[in-house]
Amino acid sequence: MGTGLLLTSIQQGLIYAILAIGVFLTYKILDIADLSVEGSFPLGAFVFARFALADMNPVLGIGGAFVAGALAGLLTAMLFIKLKIKPLLSGILTLTILYSVNLRINGKANIPLFKNPVIFSNDKWMNVILLILIVLSIKIVIDLFLKTEIGYLLIATGDNEVLVTSLGENSNKYKIIGLALSNGLVAVAGSITAQMNGFADITMGSSIIVFALASIIIGDTILKSVTKIKGTTRAIMGAIIYQLIGGFAIDRGLPATDLKAATAIIVIIFIAINNFSPNGLKLAERK
Amino acid sequence: MIEIKGLSKTFNKGSENEIKLFENFSITFEEGKCTALLGSNGCGKSTLLNIISGNIAPDSGLIVVDGEDVTKDNEEKRAMYIGRVHQNPSLGVSASLNILENMSLADKKGEKFGIKRLIRPKNRVRYESILKELDLGLENKMDVMVKFLSGGQRQSLSLCMATMKNPKLLLLDEHTAALDPKTSRVIMEKTRELLERKAITTIMISHNMKDAITYSDRVVMLDQGEIILDRPSSQITEEELLSIYTAKLLEFQRKAV
Ligand SMILES: Nc1ncnc2c1ncn2[C@@H]1O[C@H](COP(=O)(O)OP(=O)(O)OP(=O)(O)O)[C@@H](O)[C@H]1O
Ligand SMILES: [Mg+2]
Repeated sequence: MGTGLLLTSIQQGLIYAILAIGVFLTYKILDIADLSVEGSFPLGAFVFARFALADMNPVLGIGGAFVAGALAGLLTAMLFIKLKIKPLLSGILTLTILYSVNLRINGKANIPLFKNPVIFSNDKWMNVILLILIVLSIKIVIDLFLKTEIGYLLIATGDNEVLVTSLGENSNKYKIIGLALSNGLVAVAGSITAQMNGFADITMGSSIIVFALASIIIGDTILKSVTKIKGTTRAIMGAIIYQLIGGFAIDRGLPATDLKAATAIIVIIFIAINNFSPNGLKLAERK
Repeated sequence: MIEIKGLSKTFNKGSENEIKLFENFSITFEEGKCTALLGSNGCGKSTLLNIISGNIAPDSGLIVVDGEDVTKDNEEKRAMYIGRVHQNPSLGVSASLNILENMSLADKKGEKFGIKRLIRPKNRVRYESILKELDLGLENKMDVMVKFLSGGQRQSLSLCMATMKNPKLLLLDEHTAALDPKTSRVIMEKTRELLERKAITTIMISHNMKDAITYSDRVVMLDQGEIILDRPSSQITEEELLSIYTAKLLEFQRKAV
């Protein structure tokens, strides 16, 4: 694999690391399979594009993406908490709504961003360093958050809502916080993807949930024996390794169009290994 | 003191699955006393605890705690002064957290949860000494994830967590039913010691006649929404209790035929 492809894979891996940390919060911590991320990823890109088209500072655009994503998470949370719609369906409904919303934000399905201010430069190495800094800061903030009183209640909510209630706390509050934070991060990943690729596109969220799950599961499996490693670290490592595997496979002749199927098959294989090996994922489940 | 006044509760009212549990049912649980609640499967013991804790709303009637009507309060609000241990040991703990983290959460009950760090290293010794009293070796497992503990160990931890902040009211729902005889004894002894030391008003559901008499101040037996026995524990024997149980069971079988 040439340096060019290697760098691209690492860049992509770092961006997906943000996505994976977001999905980790719902899938691993809250134990909710939240599909709305497939809508909040492009939402982040389109909100960013809106800011960029107005020549605003890209950091502001990323902030806007986070807020929009958090609102999308809030919508999903409300659907299943207030209206008692199943989480899976709530996510699908939100993602369907977001499809139309995303088209409305700029009135177009594809927005080129080549001429607009972005955080990246032409120096690939500098871009990688910048991404590492972003991913590390997000990881540190999430790790610190999970050590707070509220953070622990988020973990306890995913484990046992009866306990949370018995502590005098409403577990729904923590589901809302988790879903908002998760979708906010996913939207940030979407906004950064748009800057990296130079465009926002309505289809960019499709199958994103599978990429995120692949990252999380690969991270868990590979770091299985080291229980001390944090979930966020696993998600980041998993995302990078997954992208390297993908890059390598394409380099070896896998048509890029087959990557999705390949990813889904990887997810299936890793879950199966974990479900059928005696010491499977259990040891690595530390949240 | 807990007063239940004129309680009525029917599940699935009006459907063919209607289950009528209580009608105009009243009972008082005295301050600082432990009442053992007996009755055959499905007679509504757990439902009664759920109504007291606010998990299930009554059709009518009042729940009065220390003279204050709490019937309208939600479950979280009532949880502030209620400690509860369930039959299922997993319901009292957070499985993916370790013992230290679980106890730290329980220790924070009643206070505001914010963005401060939950774990305070200085509390560790205090938690260890609480666990040491159980004599189950849990104090040496502070950093072990709770999912790796046995049911009995989890239940012991649940009891410690439920009573850490001195609740006004302790609800025990067959809390030793899933445990082996030795652990069950340890937990019952610990329960008794806690109750004596802290004088918490307690309702203890049990199917074990011996435990019910040994560890309570008063025995109440329910049958079809009625109190069919209500006596100080010192004034009844295991044999008497069993014979009442058996008589009820026979009557039930006769009706079924
Ligand atoms: N939330 C509910 N919805 C509908 N029916 C319920 C509900 N909770 C309990 N019941 C029914 O009410 C009846 C009493 O249940 P409950 O759990 O209170 O019995 P119990 O006295 O605790 O019995 P056991 O000794 O078996 O624990 C049962 O028939 C049960 O199916
Ligand atoms: Mg019961």
